[in-house]
Amino acid sequence: MLKIIFNYLVFPGFLFSAFLGLMTSWFDRKITARIQWRKGPVWYQNFLDILKLFYKETILPTQAKFSFFLSPFLGLCAVVIVGTILGRLLINPLESFLGDLIVVIYLLVIPAIALILGASSSGNPLASVGASREIKLLLGYELPFILSILVVIIKSNSIKLNEIINQQMSSGSYIFSFSGAIAFLVALLCTQAKLGFVPFDVSEAEQEIMAGVLIEYSGLLLAIFKLMRAILFYIMPILLIVLFMGKDLSLGFLILKYLFLVILIILLKNTNPRLRIEQVLKFFWGPLSFLGIIAIILALLGL
Amino acid sequence: MNYLKLKSLTKSIWVFHAACSPCNNCDIEVLDLLTPRYDVERFGIVLVGSVRHADCLLVTGVPNYKTAERIKKLYAQAPKPCLVVAVGSCACGRIMFRESYNSPCNLDEIIPVDVYIPGCPPKPEAMIAGIVKLINKIKGVR
Repeated sequence: MLKIIFNYLVFPGFLFSAFLGLMTSWFDRKITARIQWRKGPVWYQNFLDILKLFYKETILPTQAKFSFFLSPFLGLCAVVIVGTILGRLLINPLESFLGDLIVVIYLLVIPAIALILGASSSGNPLASVGASREIKLLLGYELPFILSILVVIIKSNSIKLNEIINQQMSSGSYIFSFSGAIAFLVALLCTQAKLGFVPFDVSEAEQEIMAGVLIEYSGLLLAIFKLMRAILFYIMPILLIVLFMGKDLSLGFLILKYLFLVILIILLKNTNPRLRIEQVLKFFWGPLSFLGIIAIILALLGL
Repeated sequence: MNYLKLKSLTKSIWVFHAACSPCNNCDIEVLDLLTPRYDVERFGIVLVGSVRHADCLLVTGVPNYKTAERIKKLYAQAPKPCLVVAVGSCACGRIMFRESYNSPCNLDEIIPVDVYIPGCPPKPEAMIAGIVKLINKIKGVR
């Protein structure tokens, strides 16, 4: 019992993933700054940001409903549980349970739902624009994301993360097969949308609708949303590694693969302009879903 | 504890840019602060889109009858502690618009101003010097 609480709150769970998530966010800011030929912030900048938000006043708008206060915690809980599941899996692969891939997919939808709930209960018109965009975005990227995960399920013939890793250890990473490579590309672009990063950050577009979904949040609640985003930024590359490049998961290789994926995401973020919402939907439901279906056919053919 | 509080409040200032009917000269100089040459993000200073996220209200321009109400509302909407920086001679003391028919009062008669950065427009270096003075004032250093 004590071990479970420790797992959820400290080691692979809340504290550990919050630390790694904030470090990854700092890495993002630093690399972005270097790409723009700037110096960039110090390594503990994101910790200071979160700490500062705890000291600030938290304003509840008069029109806000109960869910305005509750939704940040909902999102944070979901990502912490995913972080714990993935962390335990990497430490001790035998602790996997049947269908944990399905649980992870479901839990990864909750942060977006928390943002939508919070934004639409804040009573701000710009927040409601952001919420409607977030809903469309969610509908858009969820289809190709699940298609790309289906490829992994077909290839490994299992919905247990542990067996997916074992299969890759014996027969090589899925990314090096045709269907796996296409599915990885699709999943990477969906990750970008899930994280709310630049080509697909319509729901939070700072220049058009200010901060969109986060516009009414301040102080503690904003800090929790920022933490949620940071932990999500740490989880998604780990999930991609487990699903597509699980050949060698020793610590050194894990870190190398993780850094590679994070840098790839940051470069995608820095070299693309923002798409409009209807372009995003067309992109996800058109070419990307098509690629996903091709990958599934290839996987069924055994390529 | 107090050290951490001071450190986090002074090393991570999120700025909301409130353009209070300026001529846009100061705004362009403010944007210079984000470019590679000055890069204030290394001190944790970021421009934010929503006033609810702001720690610091950066005001440029002369308040007129319309913007005076707006700036008062903006200050009330910002979570406290919130600092106010007046950038440019207009925001500091209305200079040549003092006798103007549509300028009711100075900025510091509407909201409390913490630091004045004069100049038309002030240089980016002057703005950084102003922020340093502000941080020293918060820390109680002379």
